[in-house]
Amino acid sequence: MPRYPTPANAPPKVRVVTLRINGQDVSAREDETILSVAVDHGIRIPSLCYLEGLTAWGACRLCVVEVAGIPKLLPACSTVVTEGMVVETNSDKLKRYRRMILELLFAERNHVCSVCVSNGHCELQNLAAECGMDHVRVPYRNAPYEVDSSHDFFRVDHNRCVLCTRCVRVCDEIEGAHTWDVMGRGVECQVITDLHTPWGESESCTSCGKCVQVCPTGALVKKGTAAGEMEKLGDFLPYLTQMRGKQ
Amino acid sequence: MNLEELHDLATQAQAKAKSQEHHVHICMAASCQSSGAADLQKGFTEKVKQSGAGDRVCVKGVGCMGLCCAGPLVRVESTTAGGESHLYQHVKKDDVTELYASIGKKPVERLECPTDIPFFERQQRIVLENSGRIDPEQIEDYIGAGGYRSLVRALTEMSPQDVLREVSDSGLRGRGGGGYPSGLKWATVARSPHPTKYVICNADEGDPGAFMDRAVLESDPHRVLEGMTLAAYAVGAEYGYVYIRAEYPLAVERLKTAIRQATRRGLLGRQICDTPFSFEIEIRLGAGAFVCGEETALIASIEGQRGQPSPRPPYPADEGLWDCPTLINNVETLANIPAIVREGGQWFRSIGTEKSTGTKVFALAGRITNTGLIEVPMGISLREIIEEIGGGIPDGRTFKAVQTGGPSGGCLPEEHLDMPVDYDTLRTAGSIMGSGGMIVMDESSSMVDVARYFMEFCMSESCGKCIPCRAGTHQMHGILAKIARGDATAADLQLLEELCEVVRDTSLCGLGQTAPNPVQSTLRYFRHEYEEKLKADPFAAAKPATT
Repeated sequence: MPRYPTPANAPPKVRVVTLRINGQDVSAREDETILSVAVDHGIRIPSLCYLEGLTAWGACRLCVVEVAGIPKLLPACSTVVTEGMVVETNSDKLKRYRRMILELLFAERNHVCSVCVSNGHCELQNLAAECGMDHVRVPYRNAPYEVDSSHDFFRVDHNRCVLCTRCVRVCDEIEGAHTWDVMGRGVECQVITDLHTPWGESESCTSCGKCVQVCPTGALVKKGTAAGEMEKLGDFLPYLTQMRGKQ
Repeated sequence: MNLEELHDLATQAQAKAKSQEHHVHICMAASCQSSGAADLQKGFTEKVKQSGAGDRVCVKGVGCMGLCCAGPLVRVESTTAGGESHLYQHVKKDDVTELYASIGKKPVERLECPTDIPFFERQQRIVLENSGRIDPEQIEDYIGAGGYRSLVRALTEMSPQDVLREVSDSGLRGRGGGGYPSGLKWATVARSPHPTKYVICNADEGDPGAFMDRAVLESDPHRVLEGMTLAAYAVGAEYGYVYIRAEYPLAVERLKTAIRQATRRGLLGRQICDTPFSFEIEIRLGAGAFVCGEETALIASIEGQRGQPSPRPPYPADEGLWDCPTLINNVETLANIPAIVREGGQWFRSIGTEKSTGTKVFALAGRITNTGLIEVPMGISLREIIEEIGGGIPDGRTFKAVQTGGPSGGCLPEEHLDMPVDYDTLRTAGSIMGSGGMIVMDESSSMVDVARYFMEFCMSESCGKCIPCRAGTHQMHGILAKIARGDATAADLQLLEELCEVVRDTSLCGLGQTAPNPVQSTLRYFRHEYEEKLKADPFAAAKPATT
């Protein structure tokens, strides 16, 4: 059951509000989030766990923005616009924070681009380049994670996982299988199939491959890809949700 | 049940108590039980049976008496004119015979605990007014002490708006840590036209060193049920949950007993007091995740999902449990409600300070003489709590810092001791009121170790949903451990400060947002301790000098 109004699941409302993002006056439907308004107006806000067509998760904290009059930073993906809102998406403080969050992500698990099948097609890598993260100041954890190749077509490499839970949400909300979920706490968290059975032995998995296509990094990949060969085709999702909405 | 019937029940209970000349009250809260209170109760009961004095001497287990460090505690009272009351401390099984023989005669001086000390005299008890006086497992005791009067009166004589108004007037603020005005929260839920609403009692007390909610639930569970039912009446809910940690088996047991008794008396369940108002309460056990004390994570946990917070808004008061408007209040907040409805909001407002009204229960722990549970009016100074009520630091050591608010709070040094204890002043000083844990430290504590301990707690309790909290607390803990080992340089300290800022400002929920507090407050007041542990940067000479 979606908790947050996204354009896909909220009933259409006609009221329009005006707000200001980075000094630019924009208008939006009152049920839209800051992120979707920004995207509509060509304003880029870095984000990782957000994916159009899935419920907002608000976990990566890369899309946090400053809103005038509110002391806390707000996630653009799950904050609904209000009349007269003044939003700043790219202040020096936000840039510094985003960089640090990316550094934390890179140090958390083994993200070595040069040997990754997603090298060159990785959202994490692109975000690092976009945010100017050229080195990591915090020590690497170097924790070993397993690679599960038991599935006939796909592979999960937990070393590359950023726990954005896009796979969990797409499997639950779009495919309806709910094969994926998260276990553990804190840095020990891990995405699992069924009740932590090998993916190949999962009884609920339909092998649709949606999770692989929405995964932003090289954590979920097609088998038989070599370094740099794994390109994700995430475009199906907005198309699919739009088509389903029309039925 | 109506007011007259309740009054009759209360009179009966009081008359029964009066008919027995001597009362032996044994503290049966978790702390005294763990030091053998159950054996004492058995011993006294046997003595009464042997001597056949059942009609003169009443032995009963009661809730927490407060001075946990002196447990097991036994109070011997006489109801006769000029009746004496003696409190005995550190009572052992072998002392039972001597104590029993002394009833009605000369008290046993060897075991006597003075009650004219500031620990007892400086307290003002509202939430704990029945604690240590009534048997938490007997509803008649609670009714005899005036319990359920507020509820029956509210249901029969007051409208939900009247109850709401009293709570708003009282200025009561959430006792779980946030300090959000309860009246506002109630009004938001009450205003919603949604047909289904819920009331949740948050008893997921998780701060290390805090045991206020456990003590309230173990000592006076009916009070919390009455508070919840009043809340439900005010906001229009018919169903409630108590979310309590499974680590509190005694509190869970007493709560279950209380729910059963109240339902049987018609004070809970369908058509309470023969009015159209119904309210049922269900207990949900938490598996001990600290983050489940956070409202949205708690709701997810009740719904049967993974205990993870979600972004607010929407707030639970608008869209909470199963997307229905939900009122979540802490145990202590709800325990204040019967007294507020009974005495009126203005009475409550007259206690404490202007912006922080009423009293607050604190759990004193650490290097302090009188460890235990206290209830004091807001605005009292930390010095009064620690030096007078708490009896100061034992073994001739000196005070160094007091940690308030658990892993979300901060450490305050000597110069802040004269500060009044209220929500806003504590926040300005870099700590928080929190749920009421107060850990006192003397000069033997290293503040770096303290910060590292709390960071370790936050790290292992982080749910792992958002990156700053999940990876940030891990990195901060790594740096703190490095500093404690003496391996860190000034660059590490700088990185730690930057991490603190990022984790505080970008984390999803309160756990992450407040996780840096222990580090930031110790850095603010005890920076030299960090700097003393730093080693010289081996590459300092090789770096170009910055101008």
